[in-house]
Amino acid sequence: MDWAALSVSLRLAALTCLVLLPVGLLLGRALARARFRAKPLCEALVALPLVLPPTVLGFYLMMGFGQEAPLGALWQRLTGSGLNFTFTGILLASLVANLPFAVQPVQRAFEAIPPNLREAAWCSGLSPWQTLWRIELPLVWPGLVSALALTFAHTLGEFGVILMVGGAIDGETRTLAIAIYDRVQAFDETGAATMSAMLLAVSFVTIGVVYGLAGRRRWRHG
Amino acid sequence: MPRLAETEGRLSVALHQAGPIPLAAEFECAAGELLALVGPSGSGKTTLLRAIAGLYRPAAGHIACDGEAWFDADRGLARRPQERRVGIVFQDYALFPHLTARDNVRLALGHVEPGARAARAEQWLARVRLDGLAGRYPAELSGGQRQRVALARALAREPRVLLLDEPFSAVDQVTRRRLQRELALLREAIRIPIVLVTHDLDEAVALADRLCVLHGGRTLQAGAPGELLRHPASPEVARLLDRHNVFWGEVVTVAGQRYLQWGPYRLEVAEGLEAVAEGTRLAWYLPDSDVVLHRRGRPSRGDRENPVSGRVIEMVILGGMASITLGFDHGRETLRFDIATHAARRNGLARGESVTVSLLAGGIHLMPGVDPARVEEST
Repeated sequence: MDWAALSVSLRLAALTCLVLLPVGLLLGRALARARFRAKPLCEALVALPLVLPPTVLGFYLMMGFGQEAPLGALWQRLTGSGLNFTFTGILLASLVANLPFAVQPVQRAFEAIPPNLREAAWCSGLSPWQTLWRIELPLVWPGLVSALALTFAHTLGEFGVILMVGGAIDGETRTLAIAIYDRVQAFDETGAATMSAMLLAVSFVTIGVVYGLAGRRRWRHG
Repeated sequence: MPRLAETEGRLSVALHQAGPIPLAAEFECAAGELLALVGPSGSGKTTLLRAIAGLYRPAAGHIACDGEAWFDADRGLARRPQERRVGIVFQDYALFPHLTARDNVRLALGHVEPGARAARAEQWLARVRLDGLAGRYPAELSGGQRQRVALARALAREPRVLLLDEPFSAVDQVTRRRLQRELALLREAIRIPIVLVTHDLDEAVALADRLCVLHGGRTLQAGAPGELLRHPASPEVARLLDRHNVFWGEVVTVAGQRYLQWGPYRLEVAEGLEAVAEGTRLAWYLPDSDVVLHRRGRPSRGDRENPVSGRVIEMVILGGMASITLGFDHGRETLRFDIATHAARRNGLARGESVTVSLLAGGIHLMPGVDPARVEEST
């Protein structure tokens, strides 16, 4: 059992969720409410990682993270280190790859709120912030939870993008999914089976807990 | 400075804009008064309600309530909905689905000290006869009960004006009657202006002190229901109020006496003719209650008052009442009136039969000043 790989996977998934939670909320709400010409373009950009082959996405990210590319060069200047083959690099890649999973369910949830609910809240004396906090957030909660669940599970299972950007550096960029592949390559089927079972268990428990949280409500949309 | 009793609590609205939703609306509603905005779909009723609530900002005009300006386009003043103290019941109620009835109401009690809110919410729910259901979610309530929660939430805000947007349209007939009755009773307890938007004319007539007829964002006429139904200001208003008997006639003088010439008939009119120049072509209206059927073979004294003869071209029996439509030889205009079905049978009324009726002179309402070309085109 490669405990270092499990730790990298869990850290990566948790951090991806943590960063994408506010991003998904802000972007999802903005896309649900805004009416502007370039909206379909923005939605297409958000959805792009969903349809792109992971190796293609990984390839572009790897190129973008390189010293010759503006992003890679900027990062080098700011931090003194590169992005490729680092944990930060795979975290950034994971954020990009998971953007649609974090944004789309939240956007749908915000879209499902009838506009006059917000207006009813204002007319009841609630400020826009109170309306967001007490009306909108509780109503999008199931969408938010499913966004987090999808992001978490997808990050645990991500393979192509991580391999392209991070390689398989022990304790740094080798995730459980990559470790399993390495074990199989080395004809260590027992090791691969143990880790696969572990990944399965972690994924199942996480999703179970998350759906339990989302489903525990008496109300439904009228 | 003490407020004038006249303006105390009064809501006054005057809004104008060319588009995107055209508006040319002016009306007032006194404290304790129920004003019904009536008009077809798309006449701007709901837009006006939203403008009063601060949810829609028109291009020009002003809205004031209880002497305080809520909206004044000239001064660039537009108070936010939170600052207006408006109670609003939306057409679909807009209850918060994740909150119980009690919490829905409690949310509107921001002006009450936190410790007292729960008890106050219960009081409001009891007031709309929902005691015992405070812990239910909207999805667990019936349509009528949801409407009551919405009303309790609107009133809990202790609003200075109550706005009702088609509040009875989503419930069944029996519930609607009951809710309408309760609203009529509730009105005695709250002395604020109430503006009701409805496309149900019967509902408006039954509940409102005054009606305001709207079309294309324009307020055409406002007044007590009885007054509007007898004296519509124009053929357009008559049509919007589902009044049928609008005709065109000409003012004539015979032997020094003014008459209204309608086809071959020279009609006496109780009032209004003197003010109109001879030869004027004008629209006139007669409430169907002022059409009196002549009984066959039994002439009575009233028969001499404006008798006209036509042919029954349509007879529709709806329960105990029969709706009779008469056609005339002199034109395409038709006269419609209701009589008891048994009376129609006794008089042998049937399609194709010739009938004579009296048009009561006191009921004839003249509508001068309307351009015939414009109206005849639209009717």
